[in-house]
Amino acid sequence: MSETLTHSQHGTSPLQHQFDDLGQQWHANTIGMWLFLATEILFFGGLFVSYLVYRSTYPEAFAEASRHMDVLAGTVNTAVLIGSSLMMALAVQSAQLGANKLVQRFTLLTMFLGTVFLVIKVWEYYHKYTEQLIPGANFAYEGAMRHQVEMLFVFYFVMTGMHALHMFIGLGLLTYILILARRNAFSREYFFPAEVVGLYWHFVDLVWIFLFPLLYLIGAHYQGPVHK
Amino acid sequence: MRIASQPTYAEKVPINYLNAEHGLKSWLLTVDHKRIAILYLLSVTAFFLVGGLFALLIRLELLTPQGDLVRSDVYNRLFTMHGIVMIFFFLIPSIPAVLGNFIIPIMLGARDLAFPKLNLLSWYLYMIGGILTLYAVLAGGVGTGWTFYTPYSTVYSNSHVMVTAIGVFITGFSSILTGLNFIVTTHTMRAPGLTWSRMPLFMWSLYATSLIQVLGTPVLAIAILLVGIERLWGVGIFNPALGGDPVLFQHLFWFYSHPAVYIMVLPAFGVISELIQNFSKKRIFGYKFVAGASVAIAVYGFLVWGHHMFTTTQSVYAGMIFSFLSFFIAIPSAIKVFNWTATLYQGSISYQTPMLYAIGFIGLFVIGGLTGLYLATMGVDIHVHDTYFVVAHFHFIMVGGSVLAYLGGIHYWWPKISGKMYPDGWGRFSALVVFVGFNLTFLPQFILGYLGMPRRYHAYPEEFWVLNVFSTAGASILGVGYFLPLVYLIWSWFYGPEAPANPWQARGLEWQVPSPPPTTNFPAPPLVTQETYEYSLEEAEVV
Repeated sequence: MSETLTHSQHGTSPLQHQFDDLGQQWHANTIGMWLFLATEILFFGGLFVSYLVYRSTYPEAFAEASRHMDVLAGTVNTAVLIGSSLMMALAVQSAQLGANKLVQRFTLLTMFLGTVFLVIKVWEYYHKYTEQLIPGANFAYEGAMRHQVEMLFVFYFVMTGMHALHMFIGLGLLTYILILARRNAFSREYFFPAEVVGLYWHFVDLVWIFLFPLLYLIGAHYQGPVHK
Repeated sequence: MRIASQPTYAEKVPINYLNAEHGLKSWLLTVDHKRIAILYLLSVTAFFLVGGLFALLIRLELLTPQGDLVRSDVYNRLFTMHGIVMIFFFLIPSIPAVLGNFIIPIMLGARDLAFPKLNLLSWYLYMIGGILTLYAVLAGGVGTGWTFYTPYSTVYSNSHVMVTAIGVFITGFSSILTGLNFIVTTHTMRAPGLTWSRMPLFMWSLYATSLIQVLGTPVLAIAILLVGIERLWGVGIFNPALGGDPVLFQHLFWFYSHPAVYIMVLPAFGVISELIQNFSKKRIFGYKFVAGASVAIAVYGFLVWGHHMFTTTQSVYAGMIFSFLSFFIAIPSAIKVFNWTATLYQGSISYQTPMLYAIGFIGLFVIGGLTGLYLATMGVDIHVHDTYFVVAHFHFIMVGGSVLAYLGGIHYWWPKISGKMYPDGWGRFSALVVFVGFNLTFLPQFILGYLGMPRRYHAYPEEFWVLNVFSTAGASILGVGYFLPLVYLIWSWFYGPEAPANPWQARGLEWQVPSPPPTTNFPAPPLVTQETYEYSLEEAEVV
């Protein structure tokens, strides 16, 4: 990739000691992040499978629980996250062009939208708390199939909570990209930290794209078992 | 293979990874894969001793038919802690994290793994998980069985389930990061000329192992997380009284934990492939099949978890498919065994210590593998499910397979790791003791299980007494067999004669660097011009 950057310039070069050149370092970092995302798919996959098993076992209870979701907040959040993914993509492209000022601007926008998402999420959680729908001691739902309805709320909080945790980690990673951009670290040869963080951010957004319909949308329109 | 410029030994003590830096800090903050391997070596050995202590207490209790040494709930905790410590803190990290960490970058002709800092983080995660688990042991232990089956683990058990579960959860991430590091290293750090089809078979095995670690472990993490949430919040994810499904937990658990068996045994295959070739001085028979079988096992390993659940509510048709696939996975394992034995044919075999372990491995693994086919047969499995037959079967794989290969590998690469030679006579003697002790311990358990002795009970009818005495006697011999290498290897570290760079006249890049290797492994990136195992060529033509 770069013939000019070698170990002789190690003081200033971003090349790490175990690699021969930046191309190798880029390759390793990219494969590493893709593999990490594969582990994340399996991690969330376990949750999705469990959710689907119970959803098919207790469709009425899950439909009932879905009606307590705030569809408007979920829809706004979906739009916010898609917007943040766009900003992220622009930040990555700016990094590839070595335009450090633009990287800063787009990274800040990504972080802003990510924060908006989390604020709305916390607001939703707070409403669940006031409605006493948080599983455990707080859970005060008194309709039919109480335990099964509670189970959906368990999955709601675990899945969105795990997703929010990943958003927090993403905000930390974006801060790192911001610092790199402020130091004018990105160039046409060295851009892959932004690229790798971008992969992560898009993945976290994609998880939400699956969570939103599963938790908010499909249950609410359940009409009971289909009779032919 | 050829290295551009072979480093010459300095007059007195050459600089190597051991004496390059001194002090505790230089070890605890190191990013050198070789030093991290030593950190792992010390810690897995400590956990092996802890797990062994539990095994000792189990066998002592079973020496007599009455439950006279410990109460039944204490016995539950003994076998649980034995399983958890041995599986998560010894077997899974043993070969990959110790031997793999040390050898992989050198085998590939690299200066280090792709992510050295991540490698150190893996060790710290492993230690944090291990210390939490040891805390649970000291605080009173956990009695759920290593499988954490629900709803016992979430509702009824009043032992230290949460601390242990968090310990296993954290250690899982150590395993994931190690696997990720190895895969990326294999893809990106190979020396020029070291193509996939020239790669050592140890690499193929660890690559396949890493795939399972990366793809399986997250599912265990989520299963444990859900157990923790159920236990803390008192909700019913897996508790049938609250609408949950305990069998779902078993599916999630075994989706990881059956492939985990291959995490433990695939690296052993890799070690054995290296040992068999070197000590018969012959290229492996059917390189591509042996390499491909490792990957095939990693893939099929994900499709057979249901054979742990033949006696649950899993549907009969699912059971039949799982049964069929479990038979199917015996094929790649058998390919390996046949190819090792075919490699021995007309080889110049020398019976040094590592080779004795390798030959012992083949015999015991064949028994362990074939009894696995009994268990894959649904009808037979109903009869022997949860008996000592199962216990004997998986100990043949885990101890007769993985532990023997680990010991063989440690003996093989010890001169490279320590720079010292150990007394081969003692080595051969202890290999023999391990083999005899192992068979005496576990062969009787096949019979016990077939006669119907269930696992996980601290008392048994008197008709099972004699065989249990044999088993306990064998365990004592096995203990001696483990203790001997601990003594003479530590002795050799301080007092053993200096090891040459290539004491076995072996092939492979790791034997072309000095023993012990310098911190950067190679003075310049090596250029590989041949496949690894050209034992037909004379030494002079290769180096």
